[in-house]
Amino acid sequence: MTLTAASLPERLVAFVDALRAKGIPAGTSETVDAAAVAEVLGMDDRVLLREGLAAALVRRGGQRDVFDQAFDVFFPAAVGTPQAARDDQADEPLDAEELRERLAAALAEADTRALEEMAQLAVDQLGRIGPDGQGGWSAYQTLAYLRPQTTLARAMALRGGGGGGGEGAEAQGGAQEFTDRLERDEVRRLIEQFTHMVEAEARRRAAETNGAAAVVRNAVRPSGEQAEFLSASRQQLEQMRTAVRPLARKLATRLSAKRRRRRRGRIDIRRTLRRSMSTGGVPMHPVYAKPRPTRPDLVLLCDVSGSVSGFSNFTMLLVQALSGQFSSVRVFAFVNAMDDVTEIVRGADGDLASRISHEARVSKWHGSSDYGEALGDFVADHLQAIGHRTSVLVLGDARTNNQDPNLGALHLIAQRSRRTFWLNPEREERWGTGDSVAFEYAEIVEMHECCTVEQLSHFITRLLPV
Amino acid sequence: MGVMPFTSVDDVRTRLAEVGYLASDAVATTVFLASELGKPLLVEGPAGVGKTELSRAVAEACGASLVRLQCYEGVDEARALYEWNHAKQLLRITSGREESWNEARDDIFSEEFLLERPLLTAIRNEQPTVLLIDETDKADVEIEGLLLEVLGDFQITIPELGTITATRRPFVVLTSNATRELSEALRRRCLFLHLGFPDAELEERIVRLRVPAIDETLANSIVRVITALRAMPLRKAPSVAETLDWARTLVALGASTLDSTVIEDSLGVILKHQDDISRARTKLDLDEVLGAR
Repeated sequence: MTLTAASLPERLVAFVDALRAKGIPAGTSETVDAAAVAEVLGMDDRVLLREGLAAALVRRGGQRDVFDQAFDVFFPAAVGTPQAARDDQADEPLDAEELRERLAAALAEADTRALEEMAQLAVDQLGRIGPDGQGGWSAYQTLAYLRPQTTLARAMALRGGGGGGGEGAEAQGGAQEFTDRLERDEVRRLIEQFTHMVEAEARRRAAETNGAAAVVRNAVRPSGEQAEFLSASRQQLEQMRTAVRPLARKLATRLSAKRRRRRRGRIDIRRTLRRSMSTGGVPMHPVYAKPRPTRPDLVLLCDVSGSVSGFSNFTMLLVQALSGQFSSVRVFAFVNAMDDVTEIVRGADGDLASRISHEARVSKWHGSSDYGEALGDFVADHLQAIGHRTSVLVLGDARTNNQDPNLGALHLIAQRSRRTFWLNPEREERWGTGDSVAFEYAEIVEMHECCTVEQLSHFITRLLPV
Repeated sequence: MGVMPFTSVDDVRTRLAEVGYLASDAVATTVFLASELGKPLLVEGPAGVGKTELSRAVAEACGASLVRLQCYEGVDEARALYEWNHAKQLLRITSGREESWNEARDDIFSEEFLLERPLLTAIRNEQPTVLLIDETDKADVEIEGLLLEVLGDFQITIPELGTITATRRPFVVLTSNATRELSEALRRRCLFLHLGFPDAELEERIVRLRVPAIDETLANSIVRVITALRAMPLRKAPSVAETLDWARTLVALGASTLDSTVIEDSLGVILKHQDDISRARTKLDLDEVLGAR
């Protein structure tokens, strides 16, 4: 640890600042707690310090990932060229092939320390941009050269060769056969872990040239709840999808609590006054309105064209998981033709997008989205799906590829339904730019910016009528 | 001097291990900090990873008494703080007919007629206490406001008796399954601990500690299968409680190694939904292996 005690408060404040910029709302009291933690634990043990600071600064489970990445940048385990790389510099530099060889061995042993060293070495050898890393250090470049996925087969072979040293190696036939099939997944997870190590190492090296704050700002991935639908990586979308069920359960409790609150204590004025006749006009016994347990219908119109399909798929799955909260949910998907996909969504798990494009007719003779055409379709064929109790959600970025927006059709839908909302996964400042007709549509129906899971759940619990 | 007699993070770890709770770095560090800084500890995480067990272990490790407040929808002050024993007060009033109003009034609002509820018990206890507020997210938002006073200053105001301040701070653990967002105000008074699934090595140690009869290889295979299951998109991923149940089941069945037939027979112990079971079967290729035999 190269930190001196004098620099600690400054470093902590800078660290908290960087966390705030990444959406972890740590206030002054948390910073004070963090300092107290550092005082109690001392700076000797980095692992404990990490856990301790996390206890003081992180407030939710989902924020831990961001915290860990920023922690590695602000409180690095080492400075400069790592020891592993220095040892090797005596020899001639390793090329990617040799690195891969050693990586496979480390994977076969499932040795995380060796993997860590490998990550340092790999970034040192392959991740350099410009002479001496002046242009920075790139995890992307390292991984592109190294291609750790290609070591999977080799690591498996090493394991199978008996040298692997898995504890189950001596077990008899049945167990051996069975656990073998788990091995591939285990190695795959290790490779993923290695990828993260490389990213962390590259961030650490970059922080030394560019300053920690800048690295956290640019290179730390936002947490799942704050990742934007439109720019989320495949992996993040995957994470979001696994989060659908827990999220749905959470939202369902909130919705039913909201419904219960609604039901309690609404006074029926007319009947209260009527009853007050018997007590000389003094309303002694208030009469409460009878609860009418109506659940709203929900109709979803989802743009499933490439640009916004991540958002639409997530929302469809979420609403389907919430279907217990509504008397009926119907889902329509479109690119430029509208089709009923309720059944597909109901049975779906996994890749919704490809099933919809295979089994439903969502486009006509071209593949780009056309809102006007699709809305027109809906009015012509499916308008009876909307009644006076229906809430309609339109999901899409309102980019019509310069076709006629068909405002009349949307107007008709809005008039027939109880409420109509438009959820737009684009940031509000980009509405109306290029071929976006967001503002035209926003004049007819309420449009909400809905870039992240956080915003979406906020919308569902606060605004959606129950 | 902390709330609990822990001297260092390692001390926490050994003491907890002595009472049968294997703590990860995160757990040991946070428990130590909560004790040193005198702050409540908010533990979040999926069901069955040992949130409640943690507070029991801390209490046992320090010889403290465990006071538990189980939260549920509609839990109120009378259930959480204190209540006057109305029936007894009425009896007292009817039995003393001759005395004056003032005497009766002073008497019926005294210690004797006070029913202590968990929060008050924990605050008044002069011995070391662990206060467990379980499933805080199930309680209504109003109760959080109540908790703020209790957890912020460790005092309770009873209008008839005055303010009662803790002579000895209890070690407070709040647990939550995150079905509802706890308010920001409550969160920032606590240290936060997210208790996830333990890593494979720790889980194996847990299995072998809690199910001593188990074979070493079997424990290893169990943990590996469980880890593989957790990586699948299941409705309810198996947690530590299920791992232990499974280990006990397999020991009871007399299985010494894990083969497909045994797994097939006992999958219901770890997975509680039919969809999950069928998905796990396809993913683990159970059918294929069984068919081959």
